[in-house]
Amino acid sequence: MTRFFGPRGWTILAACAAVVFVVFPVLNLVVPPTSAFHLSAFWVTLIGKIMCYAIVAVAMDLIWGYAGILSLGHGLFFALGGYAFGMYLMRQIGADGQYRMNMPDFMVFLDWKEFPWQWWNTEHFWWAAILVLVVPALLAYVFGYFAFRSRVKGVYFSIITQALTFAAMLLFFRNNTGFGGNNGFTDFKRILDIPITTPETRMALFAITGAALIGTLLLGRFIVTSRYGRVLAAIRDSETRVLFCGYDTVHYKLFVWTLSAVLCAIAGALYVPQVGIINPSEMSPANSIEIAIWVAMGGRGTLVGPIIGAFLVNGGKSVFTQYFPEFWLYLLGLVFILVTLFLPAGVLGLLDRWRRKST
Amino acid sequence: MRALLLGLMLLCVLLAPPAYAVDAALAQRIAAGDNDEKVAVLAKIVAAADPKDIPFLQSLAEGTVTLDGKPVEITVNNRLRREIEGAIAALKLVDPDRTTRLAAAKELSGGAEPGMLPAVKKALATEKDPEIKPLLEAIMATLGIKSTDKAERLAAIKTLGASNSPTSRTLLAELKDDADVEIKAASQQALKAVEGRLAWAERAGLLFAGISLGSILLLAALGLAITYGLMGVINMAHGELIMIGAYTTYLVQNLFRAHFPGAFDAYLLFAVPAAFAASMLVGMALERTVVRFLYGRPLETLLATWGISLMLIQAVRTIFGAQNVQVENPSWMSGGMEILSGVVLPYSRIVIIAFAGAVLVGIGLLLAKTRLGLFVRGVTQNRAMASCVGVPTARVDMWAFGLGSGLAGLAGCALSQIGNVGPDLGQSYIVDSFLVVVVGGVGQLAGTVLAALGLGIVNKLLETWAGAVIAKIVVLVFIILFIQKRPQGMFAMKGRAVES
Repeated sequence: MTRFFGPRGWTILAACAAVVFVVFPVLNLVVPPTSAFHLSAFWVTLIGKIMCYAIVAVAMDLIWGYAGILSLGHGLFFALGGYAFGMYLMRQIGADGQYRMNMPDFMVFLDWKEFPWQWWNTEHFWWAAILVLVVPALLAYVFGYFAFRSRVKGVYFSIITQALTFAAMLLFFRNNTGFGGNNGFTDFKRILDIPITTPETRMALFAITGAALIGTLLLGRFIVTSRYGRVLAAIRDSETRVLFCGYDTVHYKLFVWTLSAVLCAIAGALYVPQVGIINPSEMSPANSIEIAIWVAMGGRGTLVGPIIGAFLVNGGKSVFTQYFPEFWLYLLGLVFILVTLFLPAGVLGLLDRWRRKST
Repeated sequence: MRALLLGLMLLCVLLAPPAYAVDAALAQRIAAGDNDEKVAVLAKIVAAADPKDIPFLQSLAEGTVTLDGKPVEITVNNRLRREIEGAIAALKLVDPDRTTRLAAAKELSGGAEPGMLPAVKKALATEKDPEIKPLLEAIMATLGIKSTDKAERLAAIKTLGASNSPTSRTLLAELKDDADVEIKAASQQALKAVEGRLAWAERAGLLFAGISLGSILLLAALGLAITYGLMGVINMAHGELIMIGAYTTYLVQNLFRAHFPGAFDAYLLFAVPAAFAASMLVGMALERTVVRFLYGRPLETLLATWGISLMLIQAVRTIFGAQNVQVENPSWMSGGMEILSGVVLPYSRIVIIAFAGAVLVGIGLLLAKTRLGLFVRGVTQNRAMASCVGVPTARVDMWAFGLGSGLAGLAGCALSQIGNVGPDLGQSYIVDSFLVVVVGGVGQLAGTVLAALGLGIVNKLLETWAGAVIAKIVVLVFIILFIQKRPQGMFAMKGRAVES
């Protein structure tokens, strides 16, 4: 693990940063579209989207790989961040919607006269930013407090997180919740009063996402190399022993759990303006389980591995659903099975094994 | 079409000289008189209550009557048309054909005119059918309550008070501010009686719905209680094994439809073992190829079996298409039992409750009385010790997993009778099934049963005042809180197996 943050690791990280902040913007904005080196909007959006997923994967690795808690509800925190920021984006549409009213189309359609309470103050960017951080943090804290205090763990914890996201999905599918029912939010026009689909805005969002990913990675590294991170790993390996040593494990777990949820929410907030839609299907149990496979595929407890896993699985998904849509589920299913059977340490573990063999 | 019918009718009328029971003078008055006159005549016809007048009324509704062998045009406005239809229904009450009478009685329950009282009275005097008679009595009471005669009104209130229909409740409630003190008191008393019975009927219906949902949850969760509860495998493909059972039922149904249409009603008898066998074989194959490498690592079985479930879903989509397929109930399962008016218990649900009970008894006996059950319990309690005393643990694992999978197939067979059968069938049950097992307590059949029934009933109770989605959410929140209190479920496993 430390190996990836040796001199070689820092070089690779710097190279990735250079690609995200310099090479891609130049290829997209400066190189003319006729050139073979031009990076099209499709690729910018795709890579930006996968970087959001990679943030989620790192967040998941913190809680699963280092604290040993498998959450099957991380899609919920991702979607909550997306919805919180989506409310601001909906307000930014203003009167440019289908009905030319100063309200989201779905509310006009439902014949609502004023915004429901959840929408209070959402026309301000800063308030949306606060919501993105506070709502998932609060939910995660309260849920985690109850769960960890009574020592719900392992499979039980996984299943009730799955139930939690399932319940939230049902709630958001309803029209009267005030979040657009099964269509969710879409048709965004502006962000901070700047048109959202111009190449410059898109590139800016892309760069911010890249910065967020690198920031998440560094934060994760800081945490797992600290004394706190080592206690966390000890809890993963044997919670009872840590308890006997006099540590209050509830607070250790609660902190990393809440942090992980907030990171997911930030990823969700970055995802929505780039992809242009958020709907309740993001909260389906299937999506949350898929997050676990990104982490497992790259390698649990490595921080870098989950990013690789997120890129491999989602890149594969883009390619396969485009060319062989009917084979994608077979392939994804196979990946789930093969990774758990043969790659318990993920792709990074495989690389490790090869390296050890060659030396 | 209408014109043709009219023509045919006209032809019949012309060929056969009018055989109406209505005497010529009355018919003449209908043809010549104004609307009030016509209504008065209609009332007379209804009072006579002779079904032979129906053709005359029908042709009247069409706008022509035959008088002295030649057709006469008659203008019929909406008021008159309503009157005529009511009159026809009233006359049909004495029709010799039972279904016609029933239909007419049902139509008149909606709204009867006071003028029809004699016809209803006459019909009631001869009616013996247990389904039609109460309807007629209700109509009588509805009419009688508006009568001017006090004795008749009191009698009507008494009849309504003895009935169980929501309409009587509305009618009686209207009387609660009546000027007459006696009628007011009588109606209040009757209202109380009706409301009490209706409340019981509603409660019984609710309880039945809850038990019905609970039995479905139980069927879906029983297999999990074995694979998860006894073996510690988080089988996320359990829902897809349910789906396989449902599709097997679909295939057996098609087979019967194509080759033995005469024995179609018996197809379920063959579908049940077929669904069990199909799911069990798939389950055993999964155990041999994937699950057995992952014993003792529940979270990894979760991921691997989730992958299996994705592949099974896609396989079904490839073979059968993404659309839902049609599974038809055998005829003996359609319809229902009406315990009180308004509370119908569908036979399909009753059969499923009985089926769930039978499966439960079967599995209980299997685990408690057979050698396989003994081995399964032994391996669950202490794998190493069981292996030492000569239990073939690997084979027992395979059979136990196959058993759990086969139970999923039975659930699928049952579910195909009441819901959609499609590739997503399993996904909608998997979360619920796990919740049942978790609430019930791992490795406890009794806990699974209690949890399934409890969740089913609680869900239905909440649904009545909060709607289906909110009810589901409340139940989920409740479960999360419940697990706080009892992390091991209702019936916690005792002994060394707890902490590990």
